[in-house]
Amino acid sequence: MARRQPPLAEVHAADGASVTEFGSWEMPVEFDSIRTEHAAVRKAVGIFDVSHMGEIEVSGPDATALMGRLTTNDIEVLSPGEAQYACVTREDGVILDDTVVYRLPDRDGQSAYLFIPNAGHDTQLEEWWVEHREKWGLTATVDNTTTEWAMFAVQGPESPEIVAAVADESVTELGRFEHTTAEIAGVGCRIARTGYTGEDGFEILCPTDVAEEVWTAFDCQPCGLGARDTLRTEMGFLLSGQDFDPEAEPRTPYEAGVGFVVDLDTEFVGRDALVDQKETGTEQTFVGVTMLDRGVPRGGYPLVDEEGEAIGTLTSGTMSPTLNEGIGLGYLNVEYATPGESVDIVVRGSEKRAEITELPFVSK
Amino acid sequence: MSFDIPDDLNYLESHEWTTVDDETVRVGISDFAQDELGDVVFVELPDVGDSVEQGSAFGVVESIKAVSDLYAPVSGEITGVNEALFDQPELLNEDPFGEGWLIEISPSDNAEFDDLRSAEEYREQIA
Repeated sequence: MARRQPPLAEVHAADGASVTEFGSWEMPVEFDSIRTEHAAVRKAVGIFDVSHMGEIEVSGPDATALMGRLTTNDIEVLSPGEAQYACVTREDGVILDDTVVYRLPDRDGQSAYLFIPNAGHDTQLEEWWVEHREKWGLTATVDNTTTEWAMFAVQGPESPEIVAAVADESVTELGRFEHTTAEIAGVGCRIARTGYTGEDGFEILCPTDVAEEVWTAFDCQPCGLGARDTLRTEMGFLLSGQDFDPEAEPRTPYEAGVGFVVDLDTEFVGRDALVDQKETGTEQTFVGVTMLDRGVPRGGYPLVDEEGEAIGTLTSGTMSPTLNEGIGLGYLNVEYATPGESVDIVVRGSEKRAEITELPFVSK
Repeated sequence: MSFDIPDDLNYLESHEWTTVDDETVRVGISDFAQDELGDVVFVELPDVGDSVEQGSAFGVVESIKAVSDLYAPVSGEITGVNEALFDQPELLNEDPFGEGWLIEISPSDNAEFDDLRSAEEYREQIA
């Protein structure tokens, strides 16, 4: 598959960014060092280019029905200017992707939405939406506008000041998961009070052709996907395609610890399977682990009990820059998943002691 | 960006360096390698008295984003291990040819040095 590049690939290269392949996108992974970028976001503010995230717009008379029946959360509670986190599940309840759904201002008296698929999932979800619209005979426009938008995340305790310096100050009055339109450097943008770092922050959508003006308007530490990953891991946030994946790591929202975005009082694809699972419970559950022995947990490492029997697997792991401890995320048999209990991680053939830890690792 | 490549060392294609000596050689990773890895957070090294073979893995270095094996430039017995790295793995980033050295080896076969790259050859490799 051809690599997709963010609109500012050349700007980032000139800034000395090293790049990595992610979800078929070639994205900046590191500008200075992961530690420097991570610390900037935890203590001050940093800006990420997250243009690998997709954008799909849905509008028309049945837009609300279509969105509601394809996402696990209750779409009816959203007013224009609000957003919510949700999973997209298939019939057996397995997560295809997780997403943020924005309700936009009505268009010609009809409801309109924008949702954000993860890197490389925009085409798949566009097809999923169109296929179900046809199957259910609904009237709604489904537009994959991923290439039209660049997306930047400005994150950190000082993000309100940095955003207020370049946009109308009223933007900083947005509550969590609220969004609005505002001008930055003369460019019309959509700004949401959302993020993936655990810090206060904003995510900004701007048209691709003027993305450079918006990016350069912010005077703060540029950050790559490396720091984005360590920040989200410290918070225990799921990474699509790694902590869950319909083929490699098929998991339901209950297994993945995001049952709070499942509203069983709504009708959606996967609901029946999830009703059953809520009753019977899951075999495994999503946990955090902290290394007690020296070492770094990594995705793919087995979790074993004292007899060496397999009881789970890690899906993510790193050295926490904030805690200076090895931390991991993964799935563990529920009977072992008690915070404070110890578990062994098999690191290159030898067992290392770790402790099950309440998420998030870094309290906010 | 330009990287430090001391002329008096030999190099492996996998970015380890070694001093050249009959008695004891010191081994580390190059400036280029530490830059590619990024922030080093963990180092796993053999014990003094272990033996290593040229081209085989003797340890592991982990940065925040990557796990890499370390390969022995020459065969021999381990005579020294830089234990400072266990508490300060960042020395590998700060001073890869000095305080960030990894192990010392007493070489068993001096002919093996002929298999290694000169500074000039290594410079061409990473250019």
